[in-house]
Amino acid sequence: MKSLLKTTVAAVAFAALGSAAQAADLKACFVYVGPVGDFGWTYQHDQGRLAVEEKFGDKVETAYLESVAEGPDAERAIERFAREGCNIIFTTSFGYMNPTIKVAKKFPDVKFEHATGYKTADNVATYNSKFHQGRYIIGQIAAKQSKTGTAGYIASFPIPEVVSGINAFLLGAQSVNPDFKVKVVWVNTWFDPGKEADAAKALIDQGADIITQHTDSTAPLQVAQERGVHGFGQASDMINFAKDAQYTAIIDDWAPYYIHRVQEALDGNWNSHSSWEGLAEGHVVMAPYTNLPADVVEMAKATEAKIKDGWEPFTGPITKQDGTVAAEDGVRLDDGAILGMNWYVQGIDDKLPE
Amino acid sequence: MFEAVLLTVITAATPLLIAAVGELVVERSGVLNLGVEGMMIMGAVIGFAVANQTGSGSLGVIAAIAAGMAMSALFGVLVLFLVANQVATGLALTILGIGLSGMIGEAFIGVPGLDLPQLYIPVLSEIPFFGPVFFQQDALVYVSFALVAFVAYGLFRTRVGLVLRAVGDNHGSAHALGYSVVKVRFLAILFGGACAGLAGAYLSLAYTPQWVENMTAGRGWIALALVVFASWLPLRVVIGAYLFGAVSVLNLHAQALEFDIPSQLLSSLPYIATIMVLVLISANRRLTLVNTPACLGKPFVPDR
Repeated sequence: MKSLLKTTVAAVAFAALGSAAQAADLKACFVYVGPVGDFGWTYQHDQGRLAVEEKFGDKVETAYLESVAEGPDAERAIERFAREGCNIIFTTSFGYMNPTIKVAKKFPDVKFEHATGYKTADNVATYNSKFHQGRYIIGQIAAKQSKTGTAGYIASFPIPEVVSGINAFLLGAQSVNPDFKVKVVWVNTWFDPGKEADAAKALIDQGADIITQHTDSTAPLQVAQERGVHGFGQASDMINFAKDAQYTAIIDDWAPYYIHRVQEALDGNWNSHSSWEGLAEGHVVMAPYTNLPADVVEMAKATEAKIKDGWEPFTGPITKQDGTVAAEDGVRLDDGAILGMNWYVQGIDDKLPE
Repeated sequence: MFEAVLLTVITAATPLLIAAVGELVVERSGVLNLGVEGMMIMGAVIGFAVANQTGSGSLGVIAAIAAGMAMSALFGVLVLFLVANQVATGLALTILGIGLSGMIGEAFIGVPGLDLPQLYIPVLSEIPFFGPVFFQQDALVYVSFALVAFVAYGLFRTRVGLVLRAVGDNHGSAHALGYSVVKVRFLAILFGGACAGLAGAYLSLAYTPQWVENMTAGRGWIALALVVFASWLPLRVVIGAYLFGAVSVLNLHAQALEFDIPSQLLSSLPYIATIMVLVLISANRRLTLVNTPACLGKPFVPDR
């Protein structure tokens, strides 16, 4: 009895605290897959959250949970936010898709936004960015700058987003040098600085003089700097780690999207949608082009401008690895084909893991 | 080519080796400290922070060792003096280390680290092949070799080592003989903490000179497995660590060479190799029992 009383008192006190914190018009909550200090994927999402705080001040309160494992933990975390009175919840990893949909069913009044997924509902929107646009540009730069004609690609998991990134990179490179080679190493992790560094070393030892990555740490770029080869930053501008090695970086900038959607939620005109924007809308940003000759910078900027004007890197002719035609000359792949890409373009010697 | 592979293997194996040798001493004294990952990550963050603030890699390394020891002292007080459950305390230490290091390291995210100078041993490093592989390494690689030699000699050739093993094998008898079980174990735990801290410093100062949260990425757990893998013998830890490093690096090279083997299979090879060796070792039951510290994980409470 006594303990029940205590619990009740605590609950009341907690509720009072909770309501005191509800002074803001809107509470925006974020669920992260990694630590906010990864200086990659999650770091960039948190920069977006901070931008929301800065923009709306006292009007919007934000909260986040970091290093939430994909799976049952995610469902608990999302549900906790929904119960705590979050009005809009951003779940920022592919593996949160089903938990998000599940919790959203129980809380029809809460708005959910799931990053990189494909399932939507009345109160669940999805959002993603066209990172492959940036990869096409760095592919062109790689082909221009490489002396060995070979780039090393450190890949995480064989999911469509990563596969389309590799393809876009090679298509960009082939537009400059049709014989360009890319060596792909799958490390089967998003984040392990040591392993990523080892992969970079292995690739350089085998003749790659350009390193690019679809993993989250700065380690590969540091190895590039140490070994005197070059590379590209991933997710955030990593120039501090590789002053002489970084040509540019593909930066994920979630701030414009988060500010836009929180604004809509405040104004009451938030609707479910599937957002997939790129360079043109500023969701993907190229870091300053450095360590490059003027003509290469010019080429990169021209391609960037072309993409901003609406050109799609996945425009035919595109031939698949097995020799079949993926897109005829001048035909652009539709969004579904890019978002679900599970084949390599011709010119990649690696076999796609299944 | 082969030389390049070997160089990468050495850097991959060194942190595992250092942490595992430390844990081996702890377990030989009869204590199971599952907090290696937590002590290692604290070593990584403190080592990076101090090196960054002072501009001195050596000071960073010393601070990392101190940080590992501080963490292990906390563990020692809990399990030896308060007789807390070792497994639970070790796990708590890991969780504490990961959380605390994230908090301390916040200011250092995105700051490039300073690279520890490579130590080129004159003359010897000029020898073709052997020179670059064995005599042009980060200073900490030599430390790891010295550490193994020190532990192997100390455990089996000195009186101190004999006492330590006696405490680990039968704390009742050791106590009856007048040895302070708690004191011996506490010192062993501190040594383990120092090694874990040093391994962490190797990660954030030599392997990948930077600080990012969670950068140990499970290496502390692998070090723990290596101790069992080595059946508590220091020289076998070297074999284990290098085998593990070699298999994981060869996986990357095999992929870059475009061997037609699924990468998932290659990635799991180090673990498959570990399991296979464990099975082989366990098959010989008598041999296993000879080397396993008999009092491993058992709390010691003196009668009076």
